[in-house]
Amino acid sequence: MLTFILRRLLIAVPTLLLISLAIFLLVDLAPGSPASQIPLTVPPEVKAKILAAMGADQPVLVRYVLWLKQFFWVEPAYWIDSRFGTNLADGAQRIISYQTRAPVFITIGERIPQTMTVVGAGYLIGILIAVPIGIYSAYRQYSWFDQAGTFFAMMGFSVPTFFTGVLLIVIFATKLHWFPSVYDTTLLVTDWSSFVAQIRQMVLPVTVLALFNAATISRYMRSSMLDNLGQDYVRTARAKGMGEGTVVLKHVLRNSLIPVVTVIALGIPSIFGGAIITEQVFKVNGLGAALITAINANDIPMVQTLTFIFAALIVLFNLVADVLYGVLDPRIRYA
Amino acid sequence: MPEATLNKPMKIEKPRSQWRDVWIQFRKHKGAMVGMAVLTLLVLFVVIGPMVWHPPQMTTTQMLLSKNKPPSWTFPLGTDHLGRDFLTRLMMGGRVSIAVGFVAMMISLFVGTTIGTLAGFFPRLDGPLMRLTDLFLALPLLPLLLVLMMLFRDTLARAFGVEMGTFLLIVMAIGVTSWMQSARVVRGEVLALKEREFVLAARSIGTPPRRMILRHVLPNVISPVMVAATLNIADAIITESVLSFLGLGFPPDFPTWGRLLFDGLPYLQQFPERALWPGALISLTVLSVNYIGDGLRDALDPRIRGR
Repeated sequence: MLTFILRRLLIAVPTLLLISLAIFLLVDLAPGSPASQIPLTVPPEVKAKILAAMGADQPVLVRYVLWLKQFFWVEPAYWIDSRFGTNLADGAQRIISYQTRAPVFITIGERIPQTMTVVGAGYLIGILIAVPIGIYSAYRQYSWFDQAGTFFAMMGFSVPTFFTGVLLIVIFATKLHWFPSVYDTTLLVTDWSSFVAQIRQMVLPVTVLALFNAATISRYMRSSMLDNLGQDYVRTARAKGMGEGTVVLKHVLRNSLIPVVTVIALGIPSIFGGAIITEQVFKVNGLGAALITAINANDIPMVQTLTFIFAALIVLFNLVADVLYGVLDPRIRYA
Repeated sequence: MPEATLNKPMKIEKPRSQWRDVWIQFRKHKGAMVGMAVLTLLVLFVVIGPMVWHPPQMTTTQMLLSKNKPPSWTFPLGTDHLGRDFLTRLMMGGRVSIAVGFVAMMISLFVGTTIGTLAGFFPRLDGPLMRLTDLFLALPLLPLLLVLMMLFRDTLARAFGVEMGTFLLIVMAIGVTSWMQSARVVRGEVLALKEREFVLAARSIGTPPRRMILRHVLPNVISPVMVAATLNIADAIITESVLSFLGLGFPPDFPTWGRLLFDGLPYLQQFPERALWPGALISLTVLSVNYIGDGLRDALDPRIRGR
């Protein structure tokens, strides 16, 4: 198992390097380079100085290696410094955003809690809805509940999240005035009334994300349960005289959850991508919104760093899913 | 057995072709049939609709006066904030959205099938091509699509004109970021087909690889490719509307369903139907395509067929 993890980590390193190089080169092709942003009235020698100060006058490979160093060495060093009061970074150059002229990671650090609260809650609630629906749909296959569940799942992954979001806003925000349509990121939870306000503004975006995620996960849960319900050990358990509840909820459910857990792990990075849209609809000031503003402002370092973080999350959770599969299912042996 | 019955001419059922069987099974899937009907109606609506329905020609002054009109006999769905007939905009927008879906599906299938066949047929190419597929699967697709749109929109718009350039960019971008699933499926099928006797027979009479692929392998991977195709159309339509929705798709005067929804957002308080119509049409199209894909999967699976 340990050798398997190590080997996968070793494969992940060149994968991540290739992805980061691809992203870096792609974004670097941008016609909106920092040089074009400087007004024409600025004299050429000043312009050259500005570019040198931004590090934009170096050849692309030098900048790539510098960015790698900043991402993997300088930024973690600053993080350790801020945690333990050490002085590892020693004033080294960080990745600077063109928009804010501040380190990219400060913006990212501010945005992560917003994304995590909304997207995380949406994913969790989605799982909590999906698992019972999947279990009951499989247990009563082809019943009206199962048919309704199938239709619900079909709707869930056919209706795009931006439309569900708009629909919910029209019904619950503009017509009924139950919930606000805009997520207020500056709201601080200090007392009971602000806590209620926070819950109220989370309801709509979380519902959108939860419905979308529940649709996919409930399908996986259902087919996994169906696979297991037909197995011999289920018949044996029933023949022993076990109650239906024990058979289904203990024996079958535990075996069926194995593939579902890996699907859930694999879905975690992709919800960051899907959350870009939901964040845009409800004006949540999270990572996705940061990416969109950075793209519109030609903020190359921010775009590169954020895209690479999304890619790293995918690689990481692929690894997590593989490892989880091996841990949960003793039949799987990694040689 | 008495002789008389043996000599009687027996009725033999006509041999049935595979596609006839598939069609019979497909017809049994209610959802797929409804999806087929709805999709046909939608395609007729966007293709024939603008030929049949002509909004009244208006001068600029008249258009300014007829801004934000509610539904009436002259404007069945009302007019938008610039006085344009909303029904016409929905039809024209649907043309673009559905066209993007089909063309992007074609590109993605072409790339996916080529890579999958090459990887499955030539063992030497298998490793590198599959690593490439893995690499593409690890890319964050939506952020990457947004970056692609930002980078190349102006360049292509200059080369092919704003509309054509954006169209080409969107279908190419969606195509090159969505071929991985079909490549994997095709590779698996080709690997299994290669072990079959008819391939061995073809090889033994000296068929060159090119003809082997075109004559013997590709016709046999059609069924998984068809299922992948329907799912790709649905994905492409959603991706296009997401890009338009985020403001990185087609230019504002060029309607697509996603763009119309995006344009309707500022008026959500007064005229919610302007965002709801295009959204509902996108959802309906994708839902019917997904149901057709579901039905096709059942119909093309010989284990389910004939039950």
